Amino acid sequence: MDALRMRNVMEPIRSMQIRPVFAQIISLGMILTSALIIWKGLVVLTGSESPVVVVLSGSMEPGFQKGDILFLHMNKDPIRTGEIVVFNIEGRSIPIVHRVIQVHERHDTAEIDILTKGDNNPDDDRMMYASGQLWIEQQHIVGRAAGYLPYAGWLTIAMTEKPVLKYLLFGALGLLVVASKELERPDW
Amino acid sequence: MHSFGHRANAVATFAVTILAAMCFAASFSDNFNTPSPTASVKILNINWFQKEANGNDEVSMTLNISADLSSLFTWNTKQVFVFVAAEYETPHNALNQVSLWDGIIPAKEHAKFLIHTTNKYRFIDQGSNLKGKEFNLTMHWHIMPKTGKMFADKIVMTGYRLPEQYR
Repeated sequence: MDALRMRNVMEPIRSMQIRPVFAQIISLGMILTSALIIWKGLVVLTGSESPVVVVLSGSMEPGFQKGDILFLHMNKDPIRTGEIVVFNIEGRSIPIVHRVIQVHERHDTAEIDILTKGDNNPDDDRMMYASGQLWIEQQHIVGRAAGYLPYAGWLTIAMTEKPVLKYLLFGALGLLVVASKELERPDW
Repeated sequence: MHSFGHRANAVATFAVTILAAMCFAASFSDNFNTPSPTASVKILNINWFQKEANGNDEVSMTLNISADLSSLFTWNTKQVFVFVAAEYETPHNALNQVSLWDGIIPAKEHAKFLIHTTNKYRFIDQGSNLKGKEFNLTMHWHIMPKTGKMFADKIVMTGYRLPEQYR
Protein backbone atom coordinates (compact mmCIF):
# COMPACT_ATOMS: atom_id res chain seq x y z
CA MET A 1 0.00 0.00 0.00
CA ASP A 2 2.73 2.41 1.04
CA ALA A 3 4.93 1.28 -1.79
CA LEU A 4 2.18 1.94 -4.26
CA ARG A 5 1.62 5.47 -2.94
CA MET A 6 5.36 6.07 -3.10
CA ARG A 7 5.38 5.11 -6.75
CA ASN A 8 2.53 7.46 -7.41
CA VAL A 9 4.56 10.29 -5.91
CA MET A 10 7.77 9.41 -7.67
CA GLU A 11 6.27 8.86 -11.10
CA PRO A 12 5.91 12.52 -12.15
CA ILE A 13 9.37 13.35 -10.79
CA ARG A 14 10.95 10.51 -12.70
CA SER A 15 9.16 11.58 -15.86
CA MET A 16 10.69 15.06 -15.57
CA GLN A 17 13.73 13.66 -17.36
CA ILE A 18 16.73 14.72 -15.39
CA ARG A 19 19.12 14.48 -18.36
CA PRO A 20 17.67 17.30 -20.44
CA VAL A 21 17.88 19.51 -17.35
CA PHE A 22 21.55 18.65 -16.96
CA ALA A 23 22.13 19.19 -20.66
CA GLN A 24 20.50 22.59 -20.27
CA ILE A 25 22.78 23.53 -17.36
CA ILE A 26 25.87 22.34 -19.22
CA SER A 27 25.06 24.25 -22.40
CA LEU A 28 24.49 27.40 -20.34
CA GLY A 29 27.85 26.81 -18.66
CA MET A 30 29.46 26.37 -22.08
CA ILE A 31 28.13 29.73 -23.21
CA LEU A 32 29.43 31.49 -20.12
CA THR A 33 32.85 29.82 -20.14
CA SER A 34 33.41 30.37 -23.86
CA ALA A 35 32.62 34.06 -23.38
CA LEU A 36 35.19 34.11 -20.57
CA ILE A 37 37.74 32.27 -22.73
CA ILE A 38 37.29 34.75 -25.60
CA TRP A 39 37.68 37.73 -23.24
CA LYS A 40 40.78 36.36 -21.50
CA GLY A 41 42.22 35.27 -24.86
CA LEU A 42 41.82 38.84 -26.12
CA VAL A 43 43.53 40.16 -22.99
CA VAL A 44 46.54 37.92 -23.69
CA LEU A 45 46.62 38.63 -27.44
CA THR A 46 46.33 42.40 -27.19
CA GLY A 47 48.33 42.85 -24.00
CA SER A 48 45.73 45.27 -22.70
CA GLU A 49 43.84 44.57 -19.50
CA SER A 50 40.59 45.73 -21.11
CA PRO A 51 40.84 45.04 -24.85
CA VAL A 52 37.38 46.33 -25.74
CA VAL A 53 35.94 49.58 -24.40
CA VAL A 54 32.69 51.44 -24.98
CA VAL A 55 32.93 55.18 -25.61
CA LEU A 56 31.02 56.85 -22.77
CA SER A 57 31.16 60.54 -23.68
CA GLY A 58 31.04 62.83 -26.67
CA SER A 59 34.48 64.31 -26.06
CA MET A 60 35.94 62.63 -29.17
CA GLU A 61 33.08 63.53 -31.52
CA PRO A 62 32.60 63.44 -34.40
CA GLY A 63 35.17 60.63 -34.68
CA PHE A 64 33.78 58.53 -31.86
CA GLN A 65 30.28 58.83 -30.53
CA LYS A 66 28.78 57.66 -27.29
CA GLY A 67 28.05 53.94 -27.59
CA ASP A 68 30.73 53.15 -30.17
CA ILE A 69 33.25 50.41 -29.44
CA LEU A 70 37.03 50.68 -29.52
CA PHE A 71 39.46 47.78 -29.72
CA LEU A 72 42.64 48.39 -27.78
CA HIS A 73 46.11 46.97 -27.92
CA MET A 74 49.15 47.49 -25.78
CA ASN A 75 52.60 46.70 -27.10
CA LYS A 76 56.12 47.83 -26.38
CA ASP A 77 56.15 50.53 -29.07
CA PRO A 78 56.57 53.98 -27.55
CA ILE A 79 53.53 56.23 -27.43
CA ARG A 80 53.56 59.16 -29.86
CA THR A 81 51.41 62.21 -30.49
CA GLY A 82 48.22 61.63 -32.42
CA GLU A 83 47.51 58.24 -30.91
CA ILE A 84 44.26 57.71 -29.07
CA VAL A 85 44.95 56.22 -25.65
CA VAL A 86 42.79 54.97 -22.82
CA PHE A 87 44.07 56.01 -19.42
CA ASN A 88 43.12 56.00 -15.76
CA ILE A 89 43.27 58.97 -13.44
CA GLU A 90 43.64 58.52 -9.70
CA GLY A 91 40.34 59.12 -7.97
CA ARG A 92 38.29 58.43 -11.09
CA SER A 93 36.66 55.06 -11.57
CA ILE A 94 36.05 55.39 -15.31
CA PRO A 95 38.96 55.39 -17.77
CA ILE A 96 39.17 58.15 -20.37
CA VAL A 97 39.66 57.82 -24.15
CA HIS A 98 41.51 60.84 -25.55
CA ARG A 99 44.19 61.82 -28.03
CA VAL A 100 47.85 62.42 -27.17
CA ILE A 101 48.94 65.95 -28.09
CA GLN A 102 52.31 66.16 -26.33
CA VAL A 103 55.06 63.64 -25.60
CA HIS A 104 58.30 64.06 -23.66
CA GLU A 105 60.47 60.95 -23.54
CA ARG A 106 63.61 60.62 -21.34
CA HIS A 107 66.97 59.63 -22.76
CA ASP A 108 68.08 56.82 -20.48
CA THR A 109 64.94 55.41 -18.93
CA ALA A 110 62.59 56.07 -21.86
CA GLU A 111 60.01 57.16 -19.30
CA ILE A 112 57.34 59.32 -20.88
CA ASP A 113 55.24 62.30 -19.94
CA ILE A 114 52.21 62.77 -22.13
CA LEU A 115 49.44 65.33 -22.38
CA THR A 116 46.03 64.41 -23.77
CA LYS A 117 43.01 66.20 -25.19
CA GLY A 118 39.56 65.23 -26.45
CA ASP A 119 39.09 66.15 -30.12
CA ASN A 120 35.78 67.82 -29.26
CA ASN A 121 37.03 69.66 -26.16
CA PRO A 122 38.34 73.22 -26.37
CA ASP A 123 41.19 72.64 -23.90
CA ASP A 124 43.64 69.93 -22.97
CA ASP A 125 42.95 67.51 -20.14
CA ARG A 126 45.18 68.96 -17.45
CA MET A 127 42.12 70.25 -15.61
CA MET A 128 40.75 66.71 -15.28
CA TYR A 129 43.97 65.13 -14.05
CA ALA A 130 44.45 64.51 -10.35
CA SER A 131 45.28 67.70 -8.46
CA GLY A 132 48.93 68.59 -8.98
CA GLN A 133 49.27 66.10 -11.83
CA LEU A 134 50.80 67.65 -14.95
CA TRP A 135 51.37 64.58 -17.11
CA ILE A 136 50.00 61.12 -17.84
CA GLU A 137 52.69 58.46 -17.45
CA GLN A 138 53.07 54.96 -18.82
CA GLN A 139 51.55 53.30 -15.74
CA HIS A 140 48.27 55.21 -16.21
CA ILE A 141 47.74 53.87 -19.71
CA VAL A 142 45.38 50.96 -20.22
CA GLY A 143 45.65 50.66 -24.00
CA ARG A 144 45.84 52.34 -27.38
CA ALA A 145 42.95 52.39 -29.80
CA ALA A 146 43.55 50.30 -32.92
CA GLY A 147 40.10 49.50 -34.24
CA TYR A 148 36.65 51.00 -34.24
CA LEU A 149 33.12 49.61 -34.44
CA PRO A 150 30.21 52.08 -34.43
CA TYR A 151 27.03 51.66 -32.35
CA ALA A 152 27.94 48.19 -31.05
CA GLY A 153 28.08 49.36 -27.44
CA TRP A 154 24.80 51.24 -27.22
CA LEU A 155 23.14 48.38 -25.34
CA THR A 156 25.76 48.66 -22.59
CA ILE A 157 25.10 52.39 -22.34
CA ALA A 158 21.34 51.86 -22.29
CA MET A 159 21.69 49.25 -19.54
CA THR A 160 23.86 51.44 -17.32
CA GLU A 161 21.56 54.41 -17.76
CA LYS A 162 18.30 52.48 -17.33
CA PRO A 163 18.88 49.47 -15.04
CA VAL A 164 15.27 48.35 -15.67
CA LEU A 165 16.41 47.37 -19.17
CA LYS A 166 19.08 45.14 -17.66
CA TYR A 167 16.56 43.19 -15.56
CA LEU A 168 14.16 42.94 -18.49
CA LEU A 169 16.90 41.61 -20.75
CA PHE A 170 18.27 39.09 -18.27
CA GLY A 171 14.73 38.04 -17.35
CA ALA A 172 13.89 37.44 -21.01
CA LEU A 173 17.12 35.53 -21.59
CA GLY A 174 16.50 33.38 -18.51
CA LEU A 175 12.99 32.67 -19.69
CA LEU A 176 14.32 31.69 -23.11
CA VAL A 177 16.78 29.27 -21.56
CA VAL A 178 14.01 27.60 -19.53
CA ALA A 179 11.59 27.61 -22.44
CA SER A 180 14.06 26.24 -24.96
CA LYS A 181 14.00 22.95 -23.06
CA GLU A 182 10.39 22.53 -24.09
CA LEU A 183 11.24 23.34 -27.68
CA GLU A 184 14.09 20.90 -27.89
CA ARG A 185 12.29 17.99 -26.30
CA PRO A 186 11.92 15.29 -28.93
CA ASP A 187 8.46 14.29 -30.00
CA TRP A 188 8.61 10.75 -28.65
CA MET B 1 9.24 21.84 -35.57
CA HIS B 2 10.59 25.26 -36.55
CA SER B 3 9.12 27.56 -33.98
CA PHE B 4 9.04 31.33 -34.22
CA GLY B 5 11.92 31.51 -31.73
CA HIS B 6 14.12 29.25 -33.83
CA ARG B 7 13.46 31.25 -36.97
CA ALA B 8 14.06 34.60 -35.26
CA ASN B 9 17.29 33.29 -33.79
CA ALA B 10 18.50 31.99 -37.16
CA VAL B 11 17.68 35.27 -38.92
CA ALA B 12 19.39 37.36 -36.22
CA THR B 13 22.51 35.20 -36.21
CA PHE B 14 22.73 35.32 -40.01
CA ALA B 15 22.23 39.10 -40.06
CA VAL B 16 24.95 39.70 -37.48
CA THR B 17 27.35 37.37 -39.32
CA ILE B 18 26.77 39.19 -42.64
CA LEU B 19 27.19 42.58 -40.93
CA ALA B 20 30.47 41.47 -39.32
CA ALA B 21 31.73 40.15 -42.67
CA MET B 22 30.83 43.44 -44.38
CA CYS B 23 32.59 45.48 -41.68
CA PHE B 24 35.67 43.31 -42.06
CA ALA B 25 35.59 43.61 -45.86
CA ALA B 26 35.18 47.40 -45.68
CA SER B 27 38.10 47.72 -43.30
CA PHE B 28 40.24 45.29 -45.30
CA SER B 29 39.62 47.25 -48.53
CA ASP B 30 41.45 50.21 -46.94
CA ASN B 31 44.69 48.28 -47.41
CA PHE B 32 44.43 48.64 -51.18
CA ASN B 33 44.62 52.43 -51.02
CA THR B 34 48.15 53.73 -51.53
CA PRO B 35 47.92 57.42 -50.68
CA SER B 36 50.33 60.09 -51.90
CA PRO B 37 49.73 63.08 -49.62
CA THR B 38 51.76 66.26 -49.80
CA ALA B 39 52.38 68.87 -47.12
CA SER B 40 54.43 71.96 -46.48
CA VAL B 41 54.70 74.16 -43.41
CA LYS B 42 56.38 77.56 -43.32
CA ILE B 43 57.13 79.57 -40.22
CA LEU B 44 56.18 83.10 -41.15
CA ASN B 45 57.06 84.79 -37.89
CA ILE B 46 58.22 84.18 -34.33
CA ASN B 47 55.70 86.37 -32.50
CA TRP B 48 57.37 86.11 -29.14
CA PHE B 49 59.84 83.86 -27.35
CA GLN B 50 60.36 83.92 -23.61
CA LYS B 51 61.07 82.04 -20.43
CA GLU B 52 58.04 81.55 -18.24
CA ALA B 53 58.05 82.18 -14.47
CA ASN B 54 58.35 78.43 -13.86
CA GLY B 55 61.51 78.23 -15.98
CA ASN B 56 60.05 76.66 -19.13
CA ASP B 57 60.66 78.24 -22.52
CA GLU B 58 57.61 79.19 -24.51
CA VAL B 59 57.38 80.37 -28.09
CA SER B 60 54.55 81.73 -30.18
CA MET B 61 54.78 81.51 -33.96
CA THR B 62 52.74 82.14 -37.06
CA LEU B 63 52.52 79.19 -39.42
CA ASN B 64 51.52 78.74 -43.00
CA ILE B 65 50.27 75.18 -43.44
CA SER B 66 49.33 73.74 -46.79
CA ALA B 67 48.55 70.17 -47.63
CA ASP B 68 46.72 67.90 -50.02
CA LEU B 69 45.45 64.88 -48.13
CA SER B 70 42.62 63.94 -50.48
CA SER B 71 44.30 60.68 -51.47
CA LEU B 72 43.90 59.42 -47.88
CA PHE B 73 40.14 59.20 -48.24
CA THR B 74 38.48 55.91 -49.14
CA TRP B 75 34.83 54.88 -49.01
CA ASN B 76 35.42 53.66 -45.44
CA THR B 77 36.86 56.97 -44.20
CA LYS B 78 34.75 58.91 -41.73
CA GLN B 79 37.22 61.73 -41.20
CA VAL B 80 40.91 62.50 -41.11
CA PHE B 81 42.43 64.08 -38.04
CA VAL B 82 45.46 66.14 -39.07
CA PHE B 83 47.97 67.92 -36.87
CA VAL B 84 51.34 69.60 -37.00
CA ALA B 85 53.82 68.88 -34.22
CA ALA B 86 57.23 70.28 -33.40
CA GLU B 87 59.72 67.51 -32.66
CA TYR B 88 63.16 68.01 -31.12
CA GLU B 89 65.72 66.50 -28.79
CA THR B 90 67.01 68.07 -25.57
CA PRO B 91 69.72 67.05 -23.09
CA HIS B 92 66.94 65.83 -20.79
CA ASN B 93 64.62 64.21 -23.31
CA ALA B 94 65.36 61.91 -26.22
CA LEU B 95 62.18 63.10 -27.89
CA ASN B 96 59.83 66.01 -27.39
CA GLN B 97 56.68 66.17 -29.49
CA VAL B 98 54.52 69.25 -29.09
CA SER B 99 51.34 69.54 -31.08
CA LEU B 100 50.99 73.09 -32.46
CA TRP B 101 47.86 72.95 -34.57
CA ASP B 102 45.25 70.38 -35.46
CA GLY B 103 42.09 70.06 -37.49
CA ILE B 104 39.43 67.59 -38.54
CA ILE B 105 38.86 67.03 -42.25
CA PRO B 106 35.32 65.72 -42.60
CA ALA B 107 35.34 64.98 -46.33
CA LYS B 108 37.58 64.57 -49.34
CA GLU B 109 36.44 67.94 -50.74
CA HIS B 110 38.09 69.71 -47.80
CA ALA B 111 41.30 67.71 -47.85
CA LYS B 112 43.21 70.28 -49.89
CA PHE B 113 43.80 73.32 -47.73
CA LEU B 114 46.02 76.28 -46.97
CA ILE B 115 45.89 77.77 -43.49
CA HIS B 116 47.53 80.80 -42.02
CA THR B 117 47.51 80.53 -38.23
CA THR B 118 49.32 81.08 -34.96
CA ASN B 119 49.99 77.95 -32.93
CA LYS B 120 46.67 76.71 -31.53
CA TYR B 121 48.33 74.89 -28.63
CA ARG B 122 51.05 76.43 -26.52
CA PHE B 123 54.58 75.51 -27.54
CA ILE B 124 56.18 75.01 -24.13
CA ASP B 125 59.39 73.09 -23.52
CA GLN B 126 60.04 70.89 -20.48
CA GLY B 127 62.80 73.16 -19.26
CA SER B 128 64.73 75.93 -20.96
CA ASN B 129 66.28 74.43 -24.07
CA LEU B 130 64.67 76.26 -26.95
CA LYS B 131 67.26 79.01 -27.67
CA GLY B 132 68.75 78.34 -31.08
CA LYS B 133 67.09 74.91 -31.04
CA GLU B 134 66.82 73.02 -34.30
CA PHE B 135 63.55 71.19 -34.70
CA ASN B 136 61.40 69.29 -37.16
CA LEU B 137 57.84 70.09 -38.06
CA THR B 138 55.87 66.95 -38.70
CA MET B 139 52.47 66.72 -40.27
CA HIS B 140 50.68 63.70 -38.83
CA TRP B 141 47.35 62.30 -39.91
CA HIS B 142 45.10 59.80 -38.27
CA ILE B 143 42.52 58.21 -40.54
CA MET B 144 39.35 57.47 -38.59
CA PRO B 145 37.28 54.84 -40.38
CA LYS B 146 33.54 54.30 -40.58
CA THR B 147 34.39 50.88 -39.22
CA GLY B 148 37.51 48.83 -38.59
CA LYS B 149 41.20 49.52 -38.39
CA MET B 150 42.60 53.03 -37.91
CA PHE B 151 45.61 54.19 -39.89
CA ALA B 152 48.17 56.86 -39.09
CA ASP B 153 51.23 58.24 -40.88
CA LYS B 154 53.26 61.43 -41.18
CA ILE B 155 55.46 63.67 -43.28
CA VAL B 156 58.58 64.99 -41.54
CA MET B 157 59.86 68.42 -42.55
CA THR B 158 63.32 69.27 -41.28
CA GLY B 159 65.51 72.32 -40.97
CA TYR B 160 63.70 74.75 -38.70
CA ARG B 161 65.55 76.72 -36.03
CA LEU B 162 64.43 78.94 -33.16
CA PRO B 163 66.12 82.32 -32.52
CA GLU B 164 69.21 82.56 -30.35
CA GLN B 165 67.63 85.22 -28.14
CA TYR B 166 64.30 85.72 -26.39
CA ARG B 167 62.14 88.33 -27.98
